Amino acid sequence: MAQEKVVGIVGYGSYIPRHRIKVEEIAKVWGMDPETIKRGLQLYEKSVPTPDQDVITMSVEAARRAVKRAGIDPKKIGAVYVGSESHPYAVKPTGTTVAEALGATPDIHTADMEFACKAGSEGMFVCFGLVKAGLIEYGLGIGADTSQGAPGDALEYSASAGAAAFLFGDENVLATVDFTYSYMTDTPDFWRREHSFYPSHGGRFTGDPAYFKHILGCGRALLELSGMKPSDFAHCVFHQPNGKFPMRVAKLLGFTEEQNKTGWLTPWLGNTYSGSSPIGLTAILDISKPGDKIFMVSYGSGAGSDGFIYTVTEHIKGKADIGPKTRPQLDENKFYVDYGTYAKFRGKILKAG
Amino acid sequence: MRDVAVIGVGMNKWGELWEKSLRDIFVEAALLAMDDAGVDHIDSLYVGSMTPGLFIGQEHLGSLLADYLGQCPIPAARVESACASGGLAVRMGWMDVALGVSDIVLVSGVEKMLDVDGAGATYALATAADQEWECYNGATFPGLYAMIANAYQAKHNIPFGKFRKQLAQVAVKNHANGLLNPNAQFQTKVTPEQVMASTMVADPLRLLDCSPITDGAAAAILCPLEMARAKFKKHSPVVIAASGAATDTLSLAHREDMTYLKATEVAAQRAYKMAGLKPADIDFAEVHDCFTIAEICVTEALGFFEVGKGGDATLAGATALDGAKPINSSGGLKSKGHPVGATGVAQAIEVVHQLRGDAGKRQLKKARIGLTQNMGGSGGSTIVHIFKSV
Amino acid sequence: MSSITARYWREIPQRYRGEAAKSKKTGKTYFPPRLVEPKNGNREFEPVKLDYEGKLVTYTIIRVAPAGFEDQGAYALGIVELPGGARITTQIADCPLSDVKIGMKVRIEFRKIRDEGHEGIHCYGYKVVPA
Repeated sequence: MAQEKVVGIVGYGSYIPRHRIKVEEIAKVWGMDPETIKRGLQLYEKSVPTPDQDVITMSVEAARRAVKRAGIDPKKIGAVYVGSESHPYAVKPTGTTVAEALGATPDIHTADMEFACKAGSEGMFVCFGLVKAGLIEYGLGIGADTSQGAPGDALEYSASAGAAAFLFGDENVLATVDFTYSYMTDTPDFWRREHSFYPSHGGRFTGDPAYFKHILGCGRALLELSGMKPSDFAHCVFHQPNGKFPMRVAKLLGFTEEQNKTGWLTPWLGNTYSGSSPIGLTAILDISKPGDKIFMVSYGSGAGSDGFIYTVTEHIKGKADIGPKTRPQLDENKFYVDYGTYAKFRGKILKAG
Repeated sequence: MRDVAVIGVGMNKWGELWEKSLRDIFVEAALLAMDDAGVDHIDSLYVGSMTPGLFIGQEHLGSLLADYLGQCPIPAARVESACASGGLAVRMGWMDVALGVSDIVLVSGVEKMLDVDGAGATYALATAADQEWECYNGATFPGLYAMIANAYQAKHNIPFGKFRKQLAQVAVKNHANGLLNPNAQFQTKVTPEQVMASTMVADPLRLLDCSPITDGAAAAILCPLEMARAKFKKHSPVVIAASGAATDTLSLAHREDMTYLKATEVAAQRAYKMAGLKPADIDFAEVHDCFTIAEICVTEALGFFEVGKGGDATLAGATALDGAKPINSSGGLKSKGHPVGATGVAQAIEVVHQLRGDAGKRQLKKARIGLTQNMGGSGGSTIVHIFKSV
Repeated sequence: MSSITARYWREIPQRYRGEAAKSKKTGKTYFPPRLVEPKNGNREFEPVKLDYEGKLVTYTIIRVAPAGFEDQGAYALGIVELPGGARITTQIADCPLSDVKIGMKVRIEFRKIRDEGHEGIHCYGYKVVPA
């Protein structure tokens, strides 16, 4: 009997910009009470990209870290998918610049993905499938965003920037992909029209009918498919638009705060949209041990969830130390900016002429 | 090779010459030089101009200016070496006469910089640096020289306060000299405090550490020394005793020693050798003070002062009009102005006036051997000439 | 309408991947690569990649920015020496201007250098950050 191919993550990396802005700084401008916001969102500060950082630059850095951890020749990468809702061009792919910077061109497939916050996990899903089908040797799935929150809007406190990259392969796999499940419906909870600078959303509608319905729908189906229970898992990570939602959905699915803690970064990182659950996953991999099982469900407005069950293998040993880990990037060497600088960095105010 | 004499010089007042076009200012200066020499016909023409194409959309200056000077069908050429274009024009004219190809040659320089806005001028000037590896990453000219300054300060361990004063003194001295030069763009006294309080452009260089944007032209007439002695007796002849030129890497980052202007040293050594002279023999010099740090570094590369000691010498007054080695009696680029292609020729004109003894209030007591040093970019090219009164 | 796409695209191997040339004669690294080595006329090189880590040998703070960089405010520009002898002129990012020092260890990061106006291409390349 032929052995079924073991496919999974062979390398991973994250990139978080160094600048931050605190909730207090934003609240001050709009006359809001920061404590109320911090309590309501369970979020204290978020990352801010400088004008020379965008989805392309962050994806390149995260991808380089993933390739370094995998220790493979970039020319062997057969596909690069970058998922984002803030690709630098409306027409011209992010993926080709990333592939070029890695030295993976020209024998490669790339495509840019878009599905609100789920676009990162989509690339991971497709890479997994292509490697499993034997069509490519290695595939890189990246989730990155520099999303915008409209001035004065609730999302302004959380929309942040970051990237995570995962290299999938079938040799020296450090975390196998055991099961996947995807769950999608047409749900208009959050969108952005083509020429709008800022997105719009349905307020409270983004909760139960959107975020919770799809993560719960996907999560429950994934547990059923795998025949596993929440207590089987060392870690879980969910899409985290604020600090509260992922804790609540974890509890509803039967996970504990302890299991959710390692991948729970939003209170200090903000919502990195397509990077959200993927960056959380990198923080988990940084400290995971062989045998750990990881439960991940992403969410993207519009709406849908991709779910994954991973098992960490012996190959994880020593991998975390090859390159910057996620938690130190989040906690160390930070520069705080004021609202004016933040607005300038984010292009909310532009120099005349 | 024949000995070459300078028999006529001419330049107009430099500054913002809104009413005059490039061809106007060139012809004015050229006619002044021809009248000064007492000639009404020339055999060939060299005009130094860094980039008339970018400043006014005009190339083919050889034809244009020979035409407007009324001298067609003489051979004429525009020569370019960024900010050393003027010095290059002098060198080409010198070669033309020395080799016996032409007898009476007009060497000139012209630049019309104010027809573009500030950003346009900065862009045009930046073409003297490495477009792909310096400018692409955000470098500017003040930035490149500022990096030279910071590396120089670190290498020679000069405390910042002292270094800042040394740089300021270059500007102060050159403005004091410019006050005595009726053709200078700026005739204003400047104090060290004013220099050190002016707007920061690229740390540590401030606005008053930088030469200005200027419209201007300058011209000189060359001929064989024998012919000068026989036919052109208006002035005592001044001879070009030597011409030396050299190049260095275009990018500052590729230099062997970023604090030292190697091309200046090599060009000067070539000139000293040709003239049979040493640095100590030079009485005074016109050097390329595009930025204050440049003057200090140039004087060291010319062998006037020990490396690392150029600033001390400046502060001590060695380079002032009444110093042991007067530098930039004309006011230098700093106060005379810097219409890029014309600068090298104006340097020669100042030296000629000093050697003739008609430099007016700026006249130096000891002026028998003068040197000009004209530099392109951040030191990628340099042209040195030595002049003697005979 | 962008006028520099070909000039930009041509330098991608250098700007994105640090592709340089190592002299087979002297072992010195040249960046950008050259066809002929200065001083000895050598024409034999092998392709190498620039190291990502280096040292800042000089710098300045550009306060009057050139066209295309006006929005970047004051920024630090320096020359970084990399192993093998190559030197690059580059911006120093993620470092308070007062913390930039000659001799500091830095690391190359992929960044956007500028935009060609509102309609043109994004231009990417290298900057350094404190190591």
